[in-house]
Amino acid sequence: MQKISVLLLLAWVCFLFYSGIALFTSGFLLTRLELTNHSSCQELPGPGSLPWGSQREPGTCWMASRFSRVVLVLIDALRFDFAQPQHSHVPGEPPVSLPFLGKLGSLQRMLEIQPYHARLYRTQVDPPTTTMQRLKALTTGSLPTFIDAGSNFASHAIVEDNLIKQLTSAGRRVVFMGDDTWKDLFPGAFSQAFFFPSFNVRDLHTVDNGILEHLYPTMDSGEWDVLIAHFLGVDHCGHKHGPHHPEMAKKLSQMDQVIQGLMERLENDTLLVVAGDHGMTMNGDHGGDSELEVSAALFLYSPTALFSSPPPEEQDVIPQVSLVPTLALLLGLPIPFGNIGEVIAELFSVGKDSQPRSSALAQASALHLNAQQVSRFLHTYSTATQDLQAKELQQLQNLFSKASADYQWLLQSSQGAEATLPTVIAELQQFLRRARAMCIESWARFSLVRMAGGAALLAAACFLCLLASQWAVSPGFPFRPLLLIPVAWGLTGAIVYAGLQATTELKLDPVVLGAVAAVSSLLPFLWKAWTGWESKRPLATLLSIPGPVLLLLLIRLAAFFSDSFVVAEARATPFLLGSLILLLIAQLHWKGQLLPPKLLTIPRFGTSVPTGPPRQSGAYALRLGVGLLLCTRLGGLFHRCPEETPACHSSPWLSPLASMVGGRAKNLWYGACVGALVALLAAVRLWLRRYGNLKSPEPPMLFVRWGLPLMALGTAAYWALASGADEAPPRLQALVAGASVVLPRAVAGLAASGLVLLLWKPVTVLVKAGAGAPRTRTVLTPFSGPPTSQADLDYVVPQIYRHMQEEFRGRLERTTSQGPLTVAAYQLGSVYSAAMVTALTLLAFPLLLLHAERISLVFLLLFLQSFLLLHLLAAGIPITTPGPFTVPWQAVSAWALMATQTFYSTGHQPVFPAIHWHAAFVGFPEGHGSSTWLPALLVGANTFASHLLFAVGCPLLLLWPFLCESQGLRKRRQPQGNEGEARVRSEEEEEEQPLMEMRLRDAPHHFNAALLQLGLKYLFVLGVQILACALAASILRRHLMVWKVFAPKFIFEAMGFIVSSVGLLLGIALVMRVDGAVSSWFRQLVLAQQR
Amino acid sequence: MKDTDIKRLLYAHLFCIFSIILSVFIPSFFLENFSILETHLTWLCICSGFVTAVNLVLYLVVKPNASSKRSSLSHKVTRLLKCCIYFLMSCFSFHVIFVLYGAPLIELVLETFSFAVLLSTFTTIPCLCLLGPNLKAWLRVFSRNGVTSIWENSLQITTISSFVGAWLGAFPIPLDWERPWQVWPISCTLGATFGYVAGLVISPLWIYWNRKQLTYKNS
Repeated sequence: MQKISVLLLLAWVCFLFYSGIALFTSGFLLTRLELTNHSSCQELPGPGSLPWGSQREPGTCWMASRFSRVVLVLIDALRFDFAQPQHSHVPGEPPVSLPFLGKLGSLQRMLEIQPYHARLYRTQVDPPTTTMQRLKALTTGSLPTFIDAGSNFASHAIVEDNLIKQLTSAGRRVVFMGDDTWKDLFPGAFSQAFFFPSFNVRDLHTVDNGILEHLYPTMDSGEWDVLIAHFLGVDHCGHKHGPHHPEMAKKLSQMDQVIQGLMERLENDTLLVVAGDHGMTMNGDHGGDSELEVSAALFLYSPTALFSSPPPEEQDVIPQVSLVPTLALLLGLPIPFGNIGEVIAELFSVGKDSQPRSSALAQASALHLNAQQVSRFLHTYSTATQDLQAKELQQLQNLFSKASADYQWLLQSSQGAEATLPTVIAELQQFLRRARAMCIESWARFSLVRMAGGAALLAAACFLCLLASQWAVSPGFPFRPLLLIPVAWGLTGAIVYAGLQATTELKLDPVVLGAVAAVSSLLPFLWKAWTGWESKRPLATLLSIPGPVLLLLLIRLAAFFSDSFVVAEARATPFLLGSLILLLIAQLHWKGQLLPPKLLTIPRFGTSVPTGPPRQSGAYALRLGVGLLLCTRLGGLFHRCPEETPACHSSPWLSPLASMVGGRAKNLWYGACVGALVALLAAVRLWLRRYGNLKSPEPPMLFVRWGLPLMALGTAAYWALASGADEAPPRLQALVAGASVVLPRAVAGLAASGLVLLLWKPVTVLVKAGAGAPRTRTVLTPFSGPPTSQADLDYVVPQIYRHMQEEFRGRLERTTSQGPLTVAAYQLGSVYSAAMVTALTLLAFPLLLLHAERISLVFLLLFLQSFLLLHLLAAGIPITTPGPFTVPWQAVSAWALMATQTFYSTGHQPVFPAIHWHAAFVGFPEGHGSSTWLPALLVGANTFASHLLFAVGCPLLLLWPFLCESQGLRKRRQPQGNEGEARVRSEEEEEEQPLMEMRLRDAPHHFNAALLQLGLKYLFVLGVQILACALAASILRRHLMVWKVFAPKFIFEAMGFIVSSVGLLLGIALVMRVDGAVSSWFRQLVLAQQR
Repeated sequence: MKDTDIKRLLYAHLFCIFSIILSVFIPSFFLENFSILETHLTWLCICSGFVTAVNLVLYLVVKPNASSKRSSLSHKVTRLLKCCIYFLMSCFSFHVIFVLYGAPLIELVLETFSFAVLLSTFTTIPCLCLLGPNLKAWLRVFSRNGVTSIWENSLQITTISSFVGAWLGAFPIPLDWERPWQVWPISCTLGATFGYVAGLVISPLWIYWNRKQLTYKNS
C-alpha cells in the first residue's frame, strides 16, 4: 500500500510543478492560431455592392487603386522622436541638443512646404517589439505573438495572408533590398531581391551601404511596382552605441539623405512610406513593451495631394498595423484576411478640392470594407479556436450589424442623410477599435500576475521537494495523511473556485483551476510540515545539500540568466559535469576513502571519524573519473552549433549517412555505427551475465537473448536501407520502400513487447530446487603467488577456509544422501537493477532509431558514461545496512547534469529550428496524413530522448551501491553481521552471497522512503532549473534576446521537465513492480516449501 | 609552532608575490610592445620562470623540511632528474585535463600547453620543493588531517586556490563582451595567477588566525 502512496505523492508533486508551469506559460507565452485563409479580389468580405458600381475596372479589387506604385522605406528602430524637429519643450528656452533630434530635416521641410502631401504619424507598436514579429505585423496586419501556432514550425515563412502575397498574386513586381530576415519570411516572393546579413549587431554599415548601392539604380530602371528597402543601421547603432551617441546623428543624417533622394525621384503615381518597425529604449535595446520601444514613426508622402486638410495641431497616435489595410486599399488590393488594423481614414478623402460629402462617403466606404473584413476574420477565428471571449465577441457582432445597417441605409437614401455620416463613421471606427482591443487583450499582453503566480507556485513546489526529501527518510513520515489531506484540500479548493466561477458566469479557465487546486493542496502540506518539523529538528538541517554541490547548482542556475551562457550551455554543462566528477574524486580522496590507511604514513589521531575501510583503490576511482571526462569530451564532438555563434561549426556527424557522398567513408561510418550497436548489445549482455541474471529462464531474459539481437539487426538493416536507398536498383525500389516502413515499426513493436514481458515477469532469477548447489566455484576467484600484504591475506584466508568448509559439507551431504530440501535462488541480489537495465536498453533502441545513424555512438557513450558515473558514485556512498538509505545530492545533480549534457551531445539545441524534424518520418516515409499527435510524439521522443532515459534510469542511483557491494566483498571478504535474517534461501547461501539489493527488501519501509526521497530530489534539481528559466524569462522579458534565447529555453526546459517527471514516475513504478513481483515470488516459494 | 615560523612563511610568500609583480613590469624594459594580453605567451614563460626561480631560491635558503639523510651527489642528481620528470608529467597531465574539460584539441596547442606549464609552476613546483618527488607524501598532504607543518598547510592552500582560480577563470569565456582577455587561455591563466597570489596572501593569515587550533603531530 505504501508503494502506491509513494507514487501518488510523487505524482502530486509533479502536478504542482505542472500547474505552476501552466500558469506561468499562460501569462508569458501568448499564443494565437494562424489562419491560412486568404482574401481574394473577386470576393468581397461581406454582403454589399461594390462602391464603384457594377462594372469593375481592371487592376482594382475592393476599391479603386489610388497609387500604382509604392516605395516602402523601413528604417529599423526609427523611434517617433527621431523624426521630430529639434523643438524646445518649453518655449523660450534653447532647444535641447540630442544627437537623434532633428536629423531628419527633409521630412520636416516637406511637412511645412506641402502640408497636403505629407504627414508624420506616431504609431503605436504592439509588443513583442522584435524585428521579425514587427515584419509579420506590418505585412499581415495582425498581432504576431511568440508562438503563432501554425502548421509549420521548421521555417519562419509566413503562412497567413499578407500584403506581399496579395501583391504577387495581383501580379505586381515587388523588389526588396536590405535585412535578410525577409528572405525567411517570404521565400521566393520577390521579383528581385538584395539580401544582406542582419546577424552582426555591431556592423552599422554593411546592410545600409548595400541598399544604397542598389536603391537608386533599381528605382531608375522602373522595373518595380513596390520597392521595399529595410535599413538596419539605426537599430544596430542603437544596440552598439545607444541613441545618445554622435554615431546615431551620423546614421540618421544618412537616412535623411536617402529619403531626400527618394522624394526627388518620386513620380506622381507613387507613394512614399517611411516607417520604423519599433522604437528603442534609452540604452538602444528593444523587444519589450516600454513607452520608448512601442512608439515608432510613420511618414507618408506623395507628389500628388494625399489629404484634404492640413494636419491638425494634435496628431492622434495610430496603431502600426493601420498601415496594412490602408496600403492594401490604396493600392487596389484586398485587405489581408487576418488584418485587425483600421484604415487611416483621412487618406481616403478624395482630394483637397472635392466636396466634403463625397470625401466623407469615401472614408465611410473604406471603413466599412475594413469592418467587414475584420468581422469576417473574427467570425472565422472564433469558430476555429476558443481563445477570444465569447461575450465580448457577441457585443462586437451587434455593434457591427448596427453600423453596417446604418451604412446601408445611408447608401440607399441618396441625399439628405449627411447628418448621419459622421455617426456611421464613428460607429465603424468604434467597432474596429474594440475588436482590436479585444485581440490585444488575448494575444499581446504579458499577464504579470499569472507569471508571478506561476513562478511562486514553482518556487513553493521546489521548497516542498527540499523539505519532504529530508523528511521522507525520518522514521515518522506520515505517508497517507500527508497524501490524503492535500488532495482533499486541493479538491475542495478546485470545487469552490469552479462554483464561484459558475455563479459569476465566467468562463472556467482550466489553468487557473489547476493552480487553485495546487495552491490549496500545497498550503496545508506546508503547514503540516512546518508544525511537524519545528518540534523535532532545527531548520538548519533543511539545507542538507553539501556546499560544493550547492555552489555548482547555483552556478548552473545563474547561467540561465545570461543569454551567452544559455547559448553556450552545450559547452558549460560538460564543464560543470567534469568539475563535479573531479570534485567527487577529490572528496573521496580527502576523506581518505580512496587510499588504504597504510599509505598514510601518519596515523590518524584524535577522534577522527571512522570512515570505514576504502572499498576501492585510488587508481580505480581515478580511472573512472578520467573515463568519464573522456566520454564527456567525446560526446562534445557531436554538438550542433546555435545560430548565435557564427564562428562555431556544427559537427558534420549529425547529418544522416544518406547525405554522405563518398562510398568508402560512408561504408566505414556505417560499420562504426553497427559496431556501436553491437557493442551496446554486448555490454548489456555482459553486464547481465556478470551478475548472472542472463541465466534466468524467465521470458525477459529470453527476450534479451534473442529479441535484442533481432532489434539490433532490424536497426542495422534499416540504416543500410536509409543510407543507401537512392543507390538501390530500380527493381528493388518497392522492396526498399516497404522495408523502410516495416523495419522501424518492427523494432518499436519488439521493444514494446519486450517491455510488456518485463512488466509481466520482472523477476529474473534462476531457481534450483534440490540439494545445495556447489556455489563455491563461482565465488572463489583464483589467486596465485605468495600473499604479500595484509590485504591479500584478508582476501585469501577466508577463501581457503570457505573452500574447506564447502568441501566438507559437500562430502557430508553426499553421505547422508538427501538432506532437507533447499531452494537456491541466484541473482536475487541484482534483480532490481537487471530489470532497470533491461528496460533502459529496450527503451534506448527505438529512441536510437529516431536519431541519425551516427548518434548511435553517442548512445553507446551515454550508457558507458552512466555506468562509470554510477560506479564512481557508488564508491562514495556508504551502505547503511539496516537503513535509512539515502541518495546523496551530488549523485542526483550529476545525473541531471548528464541528462542535459546528453541532450546536447545528441545534436539538439533548445531552439525551434534545431529540432530534428526528420524523426517524424521514421517508419512513416509518406507522412502522417492529418494526424498530428503521432509525428509530435516521434519528434518529442527524439528531442527529449536523453531526459527520458536518464529519468527512467534514476532509481539506479539508489540501487547501484548495493550492486557494487559484491565487488567489494569479492576483493576482501568480510563476514556479514546480519546473517540472522530468515530468508528462504538456504543457510550457506546466506553466508556466501552478499545480500546486495536484498538489503533493500529487508527494510521495505526504508526502501520506499528512499525511493520517495530520490524522486523528490530529482524533481527538486529539475524543478529549480525550470524555476530559474521562468524567472529569467520574466525578469529579462525586455531583453533583446528574450524571444530568441530565453523563451525557447523555457519551453524546452518545461517540456523536458514534463518528460523527465513522467519518466521518473515510470522508473520508480518499474522498481515497485519488481518489488511486488519479488514478494509474490517469495510467497509462492514459501507455499511450495510448506507443501 | 612558533610565531617566527609564520613570519618566515609570510616573508617567503611576499617574495613570491613580488616576483609575480616583477614579471609584469620588468620585461617591458627589455622587450618592446610587451603587454600581458598581447604578448601573452611571453609573459607566461617569464612568469613561470620567475616563480620557479623564486621557489628554488626559497627552497635553498629557507629549507623548510629537514634534508634527507643521504646527501651523495648521485642521489641528488637522480632526485633532480626525478623532479624534472615529475614536472613534465604534471604539465602533460594538466594539458590532457584541459582538453578533457573542453579546450580545443588541435588549435592553440601552444597556448594550452603554456597554461599547463604555468599551472604546474604554481602547484607542482612548490610540491616538488617542499616534499620532493614523493607521490605518497603529496597524496598525504592533500587529504584530511594529512598536513604536518605550516609549510605543508600553506602549500595545500595555495595549490587549491590556484586550481580554483584557474577554474573560475573559465567562466567569462562564453560571455559576449568581446574583451581581449576573454580569449582562451588568457582568462584562465589570469585566474590561476590571481588564485595563486590570493592563496599566498591568505595562507599565512589563515594559519596565524587558527594557530591555536592547529597542532601538527610531527612539527
